[in-house]
Amino acid sequence: MLDDIDRHLLRQWQADPDLTATDLAAILGLPAARVSRRIDRLRETGVLRGVHGVIDWGALGYAVEVSLRIQLDKTVPGAFDRFMDAARKVPEVTQMQTFLGRVDLRLTVIARDMGHWQTLYRDRILTLPHIAEIEALMHVANVKTDQSLPI
Amino acid sequence: MTDLIDATDRAILRVVQTNATLSAGAVGRAVGLSQPAAWRRLRRLRDAGILRGRELSFDMEKLGFGVTVFLGIKLATKGRVSLEDFERAVAAIPEVRRVEHVLGRYDYRLRITARDLADFERVLRRRVMALPGVGEVEANVLLSEERLPGPL
Repeated sequence: MLDDIDRHLLRQWQADPDLTATDLAAILGLPAARVSRRIDRLRETGVLRGVHGVIDWGALGYAVEVSLRIQLDKTVPGAFDRFMDAARKVPEVTQMQTFLGRVDLRLTVIARDMGHWQTLYRDRILTLPHIAEIEALMHVANVKTDQSLPI
Repeated sequence: MTDLIDATDRAILRVVQTNATLSAGAVGRAVGLSQPAAWRRLRRLRDAGILRGRELSFDMEKLGFGVTVFLGIKLATKGRVSLEDFERAVAAIPEVRRVEHVLGRYDYRLRITARDLADFERVLRRRVMALPGVGEVEANVLLSEERLPGPL
């Protein structure tokens, strides 16, 4: 379980994920080695899954982002696994989520422009197995991005 | 545009995407570069805005947030309620961690984090349904989520 020091550490780190263990130690007024050990333990216990570098796909020329909401044909055994395996092989798919609700699955797909999107959609997305229904939401803007969790 | 980066940059981005806490030396070893060469490339990727900071990923359940729900929201009275008013109000709800303006069947896509389903219901009834101009709402409960490397 998390103690007060863990919580304090995570609050500070969430507020600025670019902080290093040394920075965090200075803020918390603890020896750097102790902070590193705490971070290691958060990883070992699985509380902290990872620290990921964020890529700005827009800066690499991917101007289009589409959220695809998909319903699968659940009468086919193994439809979920087969669909997900195939979707993982499409490089432009950057995120895959499964749901309980009207939508079974959601893919985030990026493309350079609308022409590229059209090609991708026809050749790589509509050819994925066991799709019963598919619906696209075009991303316009982020109004609010992930805020810190109230830990 | 993708000529902005070469195969070595792509390899570096793949490594950093998985683990952004590695030193320049460790990133270099992973892709077969010296520490100074890796450091220069990392700095260039950051300066070009391609590598945009870091993100912590948590096991939400272990932190006491057992439920994540995505809401699709259609505004009911377009024109009468300004998008700005809706956006200001929705962004002020602490449990709403992400708001995207989208085009299609819904106008907005919300990511909501709650302690449990009862907590989610409270947020939905008292906060989301009370937003100015909110019309059709669709909720889908997140079961699993995976990030993929993307076209690198």
